[in-house]
Amino acid sequence: MLLTIRSLTKTFPGTRALDAVDFDLAAGEVHALLGENGAGKSTLIKCLTGAYRRDGGTITLDGATIDPQSTVEAQEQGIGTVYQEVNLLPNLTVAQNLMFGREPRRWGLVNSRALRAEARETLRPYGLDIDVDRDLGSYSVAIQQIVAIARAVALSGKVLILDEPTASLDAAEVRMVFDVVRGLRERGLGIVFVSHFLDQVFDLTDRVTVLRNGRKIVTERTAELDRVKLIEHMLGRALEHEVAGQAARTAAARPPLLEFRGFGRRGVVEPFDLTVGQGEVVGLAGLLGSGRTESAEMMFGVRPAQSGEASDAQSRLDLSSPRAAIAEGFGFVPEERKTDGIVAELSIRENIILGLQARRGWARPIPRSEQNRIADDYIKRLDIRTSGREKPIGELSGGNQQKAILARWLAMNPRFLILDEPTRGIDVGAHAEILRLIRELTQAGMSILLVSSEIDELVASADRVIVLRDRRHVAELDGPRVTGAEIMRAIAGGEVAA
Amino acid sequence: MTLLKRIAPQLVALALLVALVTVFYPDFLKIGISGDRLVGPMIDVLKRGAPVALLATGMTLVIATRGIDLSVGTTMAICGAVAASAVAGGWGLGPALLLALAAGALAGLWNGLLVAVVGIQPFVATLILMTMGRGIAQLITEGRILTFTDAGFAFFGSGSLLGLPVPAWLWLACGLGMAALMRRTALGLLVESIGINRRASALAGVNATVLLIAVYVVSGLCAALAGIVVTADIRGADANNAGLWLELDAILAVVIGGNSLLGGRFSIIASLIGALIIQTIDTGILLAGFPSEYNLVIKAVLVLVILVLQSPRIAGEWRLWRDSHRASREAALQRGAAK
Repeated sequence: MLLTIRSLTKTFPGTRALDAVDFDLAAGEVHALLGENGAGKSTLIKCLTGAYRRDGGTITLDGATIDPQSTVEAQEQGIGTVYQEVNLLPNLTVAQNLMFGREPRRWGLVNSRALRAEARETLRPYGLDIDVDRDLGSYSVAIQQIVAIARAVALSGKVLILDEPTASLDAAEVRMVFDVVRGLRERGLGIVFVSHFLDQVFDLTDRVTVLRNGRKIVTERTAELDRVKLIEHMLGRALEHEVAGQAARTAAARPPLLEFRGFGRRGVVEPFDLTVGQGEVVGLAGLLGSGRTESAEMMFGVRPAQSGEASDAQSRLDLSSPRAAIAEGFGFVPEERKTDGIVAELSIRENIILGLQARRGWARPIPRSEQNRIADDYIKRLDIRTSGREKPIGELSGGNQQKAILARWLAMNPRFLILDEPTRGIDVGAHAEILRLIRELTQAGMSILLVSSEIDELVASADRVIVLRDRRHVAELDGPRVTGAEIMRAIAGGEVAA
Repeated sequence: MTLLKRIAPQLVALALLVALVTVFYPDFLKIGISGDRLVGPMIDVLKRGAPVALLATGMTLVIATRGIDLSVGTTMAICGAVAASAVAGGWGLGPALLLALAAGALAGLWNGLLVAVVGIQPFVATLILMTMGRGIAQLITEGRILTFTDAGFAFFGSGSLLGLPVPAWLWLACGLGMAALMRRTALGLLVESIGINRRASALAGVNATVLLIAVYVVSGLCAALAGIVVTADIRGADANNAGLWLELDAILAVVIGGNSLLGGRFSIIASLIGALIIQTIDTGILLAGFPSEYNLVIKAVLVLVILVLQSPRIAGEWRLWRDSHRASREAALQRGAAK
């Protein structure tokens, strides 16, 4: 084995990010590292590259125990890393980027002729015929990515860690980068490949290791791996286990409310068609990075669609910005509550009426008595636990913050409410209340788009589930087919998909 | 929080400062009548404080959005030059004032577009106009001090109305009017909201980009008024010195007013008192007869003391001390009652 990790442990206050994880990497192998949010992938990589100090366990590289204290030290020992966002300097030339920190010198000054020559030499094995004197930023992301790989390999040369290297590339560019990676595999490097794209994992890698909640779940040869099994490992949920209390799905067709046709954005979500019925809960399922949140944000105009259109029974809808979407009767509870949802120092009252006030316009302030009534009403209705409506929302617990953000939208009475991970990071009680609320709202005729990584939640609440994989809408499940097993099969994709 | 509670620290600081100045210059609070106008050091503070108070009104809003406007001093110079050259060119008073205000709005629009649309950090974005602005003003005045004799225009600098200097009326009207506009409409809430979390506000439907541009335009308009006042006062546009470094006094006034440079909650009235505090220090040092070399040092020390006294940490210590004092006194009273 080129790299052997035994019982690697890393603890942060309150959480054990890595719990006795074993990991092996052979020379000439591409080894995928998979897991959902919080599984421990990043922590493992950071321990390996010296960004974090581990609390326990051993790392052996080429037979010698190593303990890198910094990324520079890890590089010197042979471990190089390339991140999703190219972390080179776009306004320096390709040659300067490649040779940065180890420029050939003559009498203390940089020898630019030798610099260029060495840079060309470094790039030669990659079949990349580019002008090394041009600024790196003038090339495509794929070429920048390959330059980053070339630099990492030149600096370290034994182990290459690719942390979501394809996240911002299109299909042709992915092939280009993969050819480079295969070439490196033949040269005997050990490559760790982190990605959310399962098809790419099956395409490129030799072995797969799945992490979940800081533990290693399994390591298997990719060729022998069953897709559904893989998803089960990642999500920690067996297919046999079915949830009780499925949503009471009515077979009767609902009158359509909204229709999206060819709705897409290049490099974000491939165009999709979707019809949302009156009072229907449409679920969006998929792994992290599959395009779940991106689809939701596109529908709300956060990152507007570039192709296709949306319409209701009467006319075409303008969804070019959140303001426009709100005017069309849309609402959006974002996934990142702290950065996208709450306005922390404003009171609960002000946070609740903010959307309503923004829609009325600045010149027509909501009278204070009316504000108080609305705030008190929702504090009571949604059971927001607070000492009063004037408390800054930032001082509430996550679940109560989430309820207040929900209240903001409910006060505006939207016809279509998008909920992106509405139960993320909130306690069990609030979790159940929010799911109950979803049912109440749809009974009152509101249509809901529920984006969730929790399959149980989708099965319990959604009338219909759209499954996304690799930024595409790959399946639509309705009626009796909305089961955990069907959803997981669709997420897994490949030949298993029905 | 009621308004009085919010501005109490600033009022206390102003009162202490006035008391301090009175120790050195006993006639500081004396107000006399000369003809139809009030005269006296306090009246002088109200008049001379006008430029900073006007700038602080716009600056408060900009700072509430987590921004800063370094260009207001040079915008004053530009607008003064525009007004003076229009008046000197025989355009008439009304058009001259409108042109000056338009120039201020244009300066603010430029800043606002750079910040809200192009996405440049406010410090850098407004630094551009701060650097360029004096050059523009010099081009307008052709490098001279452009003087004029229009009595109507001079009225805005040295005239008086109902006993008070016109500049004092101007900043009171502008500052209090703006404060009322913010609190009587939803503007105050929306400005605070984008200052605390622009992204979340935009997702809630707040038109963050337009609002952000608008506060810089307001700041430019306030600078235009300030430029009109100083130009009218000296009956001439001095492109090199009009409003020089006043952006710093304006920022200081906002900070003394207890407004956070990190944006969010704001009080224009507290900033206005901050501007009065700064002018009281300036005037007080002059009247107290210190050698002029000491002025800037004394000013800096006084500002530092005021800021330290206002800091949340000191306020917390004071509350602790007060509560424990009160508790021990109540305990003593109870012991007394028990006897």
